[in-house]
Amino acid sequence: MVLAGLARGITGVRPIWQGCAPSDRQRIFFANHCSHGDFILLSSSLPPRERQRTRAVAGADYWKRNKLRNILAKDLLNTVLVDRNWVERSEDPMVVMLDALQEGSSLIVFPEGTRNMTEEPLLRFRSGLYNLAVARPDVELIPCWIENMSRVLPKGTFLPVPLLCRVVFGSPIALEPNEDRKEFLQRARQSLLDLSPEHQKALNHG
Amino acid sequence: MAETVWLFLGLLGVLTFASAIATMLTWKSRRTAEVLPSTLVNLNSRIKAWWIMIGGISVAFLFGKNGVIFLFAFVSFASLREYVTLTHTRRGDHRIIIGMFLVIIPIQYYLLWIEWYGLYSIFVPVYCFLAMPALTAISGDTERFLERVSEQQWGIMLSVYCISHVPALLTLSIPGFQGKGLLLIAFLIATVQGSDVLQYVFGKLFGKHKVAPKISPSKTWEGLIGGIVSASLLGAALTWLTPFSVLQAGLMAGLACIMGFFGGLVASAIKRDRGVKDWGHMIEGHGGMLDRADSLIFAAPVFFHIVRYFWAA
Repeated sequence: MVLAGLARGITGVRPIWQGCAPSDRQRIFFANHCSHGDFILLSSSLPPRERQRTRAVAGADYWKRNKLRNILAKDLLNTVLVDRNWVERSEDPMVVMLDALQEGSSLIVFPEGTRNMTEEPLLRFRSGLYNLAVARPDVELIPCWIENMSRVLPKGTFLPVPLLCRVVFGSPIALEPNEDRKEFLQRARQSLLDLSPEHQKALNHG
Repeated sequence: MAETVWLFLGLLGVLTFASAIATMLTWKSRRTAEVLPSTLVNLNSRIKAWWIMIGGISVAFLFGKNGVIFLFAFVSFASLREYVTLTHTRRGDHRIIIGMFLVIIPIQYYLLWIEWYGLYSIFVPVYCFLAMPALTAISGDTERFLERVSEQQWGIMLSVYCISHVPALLTLSIPGFQGKGLLLIAFLIATVQGSDVLQYVFGKLFGKHKVAPKISPSKTWEGLIGGIVSASLLGAALTWLTPFSVLQAGLMAGLACIMGFFGGLVASAIKRDRGVKDWGHMIEGHGGMLDRADSLIFAAPVFFHIVRYFWAA
């Protein structure tokens, strides 16, 4: 609550419900990832009821590395921690995420798998999103483009710069019959890219 | 101060009058049309925002000097945030930008608070002007260096230095006008913002010939001239807030109004260059803080220095 207020105070974040409206349905929000602030920004732009049941999926290998991070992620932010390390992992990330969905939570996932530090607008998507779409076709998948957060709190810095941010929510996508993993991930990635300011600008002028 | 009370009663009257007219227009148009025309929707939200802005300014005035300095420090913060959002920044600029918010704004307003004219009038144009590019160079990223550095300078000059000249009026000691600096600020804000409104009204009513069609379709010669003349009359009518004579007050208001017009024009040019219509969305119906403050940015420093040269001891 405090963090959400803080995030809004600093970034004056504005949600743009372009392709869907806030609702009580269970949802998986998937977003671009550039900064630690992403999840807080996204959840603070949700209406309070939806925010309360929405949990972010984060990398356990990163957030369990020391005590402080662990407390932050587990107790304060109530994140769903999944292990990204294939070899040494103890729990299957899919099981952990599906458990959270089973409890009725909505999820925030970053399908790029890590924070994007490149000049590319969006990295290649990992397959977790596809697996979720297969396992829970009843849950809406909503693309969310987070704008400017990479400038507010870039990787490796801990003081945020106050800049105005927006979160654009797109239209839900679903797995189509006969669609394979690669095609689906490609389409999901494109649906997210379509919300980016560069693309929207091209639309307005074109 | 009796003057302050009169001023706010007057403002209350004007706003109530405006709200009454807007309500009447809305009511009339509701009967004939299903959907309200967008001009009317915008007018309604603009008037509502004015109530909130006047409320905020009144509260700041109640707290006197501290309140006004705090209010304008906040205006600087919000303006700078809108400005920097639209500029091109790179990862190497992160520390400089934090410094703009967390170091430059507090120092500039602290210097104002201790009324150190010798430093607050040169802190930004001398020290920040030189320190910011030096620090940017140390960060080692030369990509679009000149562009980044100039944009930072502009941001600080506009949103911090120029805006801080409004509360700076409090630091002037004018013979026979001691302790009444707040009234002079009220005069400046009322004439500049009033002229914005009057230009808007005259432009909507009689506007035909555009001043700079490439930059702003809403700025017309009819609006400009009508705005300047009526704002000068408004200024003359508000002489009792100032150490000026009636003629001087009219001239000062006219000057503030012309500067305000240039401020709006420059702000429009920047917005057009960046492909946006408004600076932000902070103030409903008006856009962002800078959409409201752009005229004050240009008017305040000139107003301040003329008063200082001709009237201050």
